[in-house]
Amino acid sequence: MVDADFIELDNLEKVFDVRRKAGFWRREKSEVRAVDGISFTVARGEMVGYIGPNGAGKSTTIKMLTGILTPSGGRLRVAGLDPSRERTKLAQRIGVVFGQRTTLWWDLPLRDSYRLAHRMYRIPDARFAENMERCVELLDLAELLEVPVRQLSLGQRMRGDIAAALLHDPEVLYLDEPTIGLDVVSKAKVREFLRDLNAERGTTVLLTTHDLQDIEQLCKRVMVIDHGRLMYDGALTGLHEVGSGVSERMLVVDLERELPPIDLELVRVVKVEGPRQWLAFPSAASAAPIVAAIAASYPLVDLSVREPDIEAVIAKMYADRGVY
Amino acid sequence: MAETEARGRTLDGIRAYGLIASMWVRSTMAYRASFAMTALGNFAATGFDFVAILMMFSHVDSLGGYSLPEIAFLYGTAGVSFGLSDLVMGSMDRLGRRIRDGTLDTLLVRPAPVLAQVAADRFALRRLGRITQGLLVLGYALLVLDIDWTVVKVLLVPVMLLSGGAIFGAVFVVGAAFQFWAQDASEVQNSFTYGGVTMLVYPPTVFAKDLVRGVTFVIPLAFVNWLPALYVLGRPYPLDVPQWLAFTPPLVAAACMGLAGLAWRAGLRSYRSTGS
Repeated sequence: MVDADFIELDNLEKVFDVRRKAGFWRREKSEVRAVDGISFTVARGEMVGYIGPNGAGKSTTIKMLTGILTPSGGRLRVAGLDPSRERTKLAQRIGVVFGQRTTLWWDLPLRDSYRLAHRMYRIPDARFAENMERCVELLDLAELLEVPVRQLSLGQRMRGDIAAALLHDPEVLYLDEPTIGLDVVSKAKVREFLRDLNAERGTTVLLTTHDLQDIEQLCKRVMVIDHGRLMYDGALTGLHEVGSGVSERMLVVDLERELPPIDLELVRVVKVEGPRQWLAFPSAASAAPIVAAIAASYPLVDLSVREPDIEAVIAKMYADRGVY
Repeated sequence: MAETEARGRTLDGIRAYGLIASMWVRSTMAYRASFAMTALGNFAATGFDFVAILMMFSHVDSLGGYSLPEIAFLYGTAGVSFGLSDLVMGSMDRLGRRIRDGTLDTLLVRPAPVLAQVAADRFALRRLGRITQGLLVLGYALLVLDIDWTVVKVLLVPVMLLSGGAIFGAVFVVGAAFQFWAQDASEVQNSFTYGGVTMLVYPPTVFAKDLVRGVTFVIPLAFVNWLPALYVLGRPYPLDVPQWLAFTPPLVAAACMGLAGLAWRAGLRSYRSTGS
């Protein structure tokens, strides 16, 4: 195993047989190609974003990388191991955080989950104490240790989960939607922690997300997947270029009262709803002069700018490549 | 090679089971009063079954030709066997829910066998209530019964309890394995475990021959207590089977556990290739 191919997927496939009721006895069988021939490598110490719309195959990929699911075809190696065949061996070397479900013991105090991990992963005492101290401090867990997991808020639980995934010093950390449903402060805390982890410990991080900001703040490299295929693999800036090409940003303005659509250069009014108007403008253009122009000639109360989301960027990629 | 690997996995499983179970015990013991209450509740709730039998015997002198102390012997052996398996494996019926809500995945990313993790989840010492209750009834039966004790008979009693526990445990595991395909199968499993123990409390003479054949040759619950217990009591087995079958519960238990292990592995493999 070379460090450059720390995670290696070669034409990886996962096909599910779906049976659907078609009448009382008959079942129609159909194939769903959740992951349809994906190849990529991730070098040791990289931090990679793995994004795509719902049902694109992100979680299925993660499940194969962690050994939960057995691939239907192709080759897969993580740290030189075959995840599904050497699941428990691999488990010692990876950390997994599922945003939607916790790996913590639901009815027990947070501390119990860590204590169990200490023994189950056979973490040396000194190492455990050190990692524990670090996680408790950086993830702000001190006050939560005696609280049963079910009583934690989503943000607290997520921080608890991240700590649990890291106590055994994993070489790879998989995060499946780690910031889903978190408030702004929790999101910032989680991102900062992950950034430091990657920088200081050289932990390889692979994260799936719906939140483009996660990627912007954490990953230099992004992979976009849809319909089980890899649509894009490269620098984040490249993805932005693709996005800015077509995608427009959206300016939402609240005026003092209901007024006719704002007429301004570069701006296209998309929707008017009472005093609120939605204005699309090219992503490449700066928002400031447009805002200034509006403020100069309209009674402006409030406004917000919306960045193109991942779905919009992906839609654009399809349009450009003529896929489907 | 494969053998040492299998043994390694078994040891890993036992170790993981111990770790998880002791975590739950520690957590229960943090609330001693609550533990005492639930254990007592478990003791009393399972004890009502025996009260029901006592009430029956206030109207009749024998049941299927068996006296009260003989029934108590069957009750005690079945109860302790089942209690042991319930203590160790009673959480297996939660597997279906784990599959439905996706939390089984979180067990698959830990460096320990999944079976051990599922079985040890919510390990509840209060289930000792059932075992205690069964032991008390068994103790009463042994005191009152006039058995012509031999060394073999004396040894057969503890062997019967442990083998019976293992047979019930295997049923728990097979029942759980079916939940990989049908997530609501825990009710079917309950009918064999809880239903099975209810049946074994009564002598085989009160049941239809076909049912007795079924639990002797198909789902070998008769080896939990009927066959060995009737030998100890010096009673003939209602089916025409060789007497040495009374000594085979450990072998039957080992075979059941082997089959259960295979069923479990097949189930888990199916889950990991379908994701359910």
